[in-house]
Amino acid sequence: MPSSPYGLSPEQEEFRKVVAAFADEVVAPAADEFNAEGRFPLEIVQQMGEIGLFGIPFEERHGGMGGDYLTLCLAIEELGRVDQSVGITLEAGVGLGAAPIAEFGTEEQKERWLPELASGQKLGGFGLTEPGGGTDVFGATRTRAVLDGDEWVIDGGKQFITNAGTEITSLVTVTAMTGPAEMTAIIVPTDTPGFSVAPPYRKVGWHASDTRELSFEGVRVPVSNTLGERGAGFRQFLKTLDDGRIAISALAVGLIQGCIDECVRYAGEREAFGRPIGANQAVAFKIADLEVAAQTARQMTYYACWRKQQGLPYKREASIAKLYSSEQAVTAARQATQIFGGMGFTTETRVGRFYQDCKILEIGEGTSEVQRLLIARELGV
Amino acid sequence: MKVIVPVKRVPDTAGDKPIDPNDRTVDRDSVESVLCPVNEFSIEEGVRLKEKHGAEVTVLLVGPDSAQPIVRKALSYGLDAAVQVSDEGIAGSDALGTARVIAKALESMEWDLVVFGNQSADARTCLVPAAVAELLGVPSLTFARYLEVDGDKAIAHREHEEGWDVVEAPLPAVVSVVEAINDPRYPSFKGIMAAKSKPLTVKSLADIGVDPASVGAGGAAATMYAFEPRPPKAAGTVVEDDGSGAAAEQLADWMTEKKFV
Repeated sequence: MPSSPYGLSPEQEEFRKVVAAFADEVVAPAADEFNAEGRFPLEIVQQMGEIGLFGIPFEERHGGMGGDYLTLCLAIEELGRVDQSVGITLEAGVGLGAAPIAEFGTEEQKERWLPELASGQKLGGFGLTEPGGGTDVFGATRTRAVLDGDEWVIDGGKQFITNAGTEITSLVTVTAMTGPAEMTAIIVPTDTPGFSVAPPYRKVGWHASDTRELSFEGVRVPVSNTLGERGAGFRQFLKTLDDGRIAISALAVGLIQGCIDECVRYAGEREAFGRPIGANQAVAFKIADLEVAAQTARQMTYYACWRKQQGLPYKREASIAKLYSSEQAVTAARQATQIFGGMGFTTETRVGRFYQDCKILEIGEGTSEVQRLLIARELGV
Repeated sequence: MKVIVPVKRVPDTAGDKPIDPNDRTVDRDSVESVLCPVNEFSIEEGVRLKEKHGAEVTVLLVGPDSAQPIVRKALSYGLDAAVQVSDEGIAGSDALGTARVIAKALESMEWDLVVFGNQSADARTCLVPAAVAELLGVPSLTFARYLEVDGDKAIAHREHEEGWDVVEAPLPAVVSVVEAINDPRYPSFKGIMAAKSKPLTVKSLADIGVDPASVGAGGAAATMYAFEPRPPKAAGTVVEDDGSGAAAEQLADWMTEKKFV
């Protein structure tokens, strides 16, 4: 057993090294290109599948790796250190695409859908947010599903759905109103007639992550595609988002660490007035602050994972980790860009890309305001 | 088919390799140890032989108990089992001593093919694979940039300065591979977890019948008399491009002088 509550096992340490090597050797050299092209890097995603990244937390009998949530977070962190788009592709693929089926699906659904998702051969999306609102999920959900015999007939639309339109996307789990104040999650294969995907958004960052608007016009799926029980949709997505917050926190930790790696290198290489810029305290202190942020955010992330794995309540800790890490990531990207000066304002540099990528971390998987609200409510305020 | 992939623990290739002045060997306690990078390629060949021919592939490592993480790392790529020869008497062995230990270990195992890396990242002698083959009296196909097993023979493309030769040998044989041979995969998390429980047999020199006098510092055929740190890298030549084409000419001259073209 690890000596600290969230210490890594030798196998986790080894795995972290493998993912770090993959990130540095395969992802980093290609990141500038696929981000500039705004292209979903399918070839890299497939290699991630071969290493088993998409199956980490799932049972081996469903094609998973039998790992835990912390191990998944290590992989997200290491990928996020070099490229946030690839990091979120893994986070969403596992946390939003496959995890709801693993957690709430029937045995038949798991057998049918999980192996291809866990192997990374296919991707799943989670269709929750609608044009009418993100935070106000219950009030904003207009998508409806009506039973017709033994089929659901779904009409409506979703927006900002990650991994929903890639060439390997096989399904989207859609939350729909199935009665007064009744929300149900339904698995919709992407080849179902009436299901359509809009062109990718023109986003500020995450340029290589696939984000789509979806529409459903008389989409018919068997009632056996109901995820778990009818009416359980609201509870299911709350749980899914709790876990997702920890994973987004890991992605933010990766961003901060990437800023540190890049700034330490640049501060030693770049010379001004006859000496490396790192010799100036104005630069050195900024980097020291980044290190404080990375270590603190990492501890909070691992602690939230540990509580989840111990079966302890972790809602508050997940929110704290996500809130803290994402806000520190925004600060880190801003400071790292400042250290890089003009070069930092180009997307050829990692820190320049991080400056674009960081903002969404304060929005997705619950905004910073939602996290503060959740923390306050946990305190009884 | 049974295949053995010998692997080596080496000091982290990215760092300095301090020499212990007392026994004039690398001070392994002061640096992080890693699986020798060339073994990623020999292991990959092992994995491919497993996939293509259903080969049973065993890792062989000569090294102390503290090298066990390196054995597990090698297994994490998906190999079947491991044998580790660990004995205090091995410390200080030179290439010949190492080859003697490996040859004796191989004599105690069943195999058709041995797949080495062509050279270790620390000693870089390139001697061990051929020496092992010689000691065992089997053919060796060294510096292979391509390897294929066809029935009871191994076919390799042997790399040299002017290209490569197609060579073949009947099994059992010893092969050493160069990095051009393949594009190694990364181990999966499942592979890392499974490596924990793969069978590992630890043998002593006595177990494999090695005369302790023939190995270790005492049995070494080579003696190190002196050592010094690598001199710092000399400054390179900078060729400025002024747009006139003179730079290209300078570069071409330099490449010709160095016999690169």
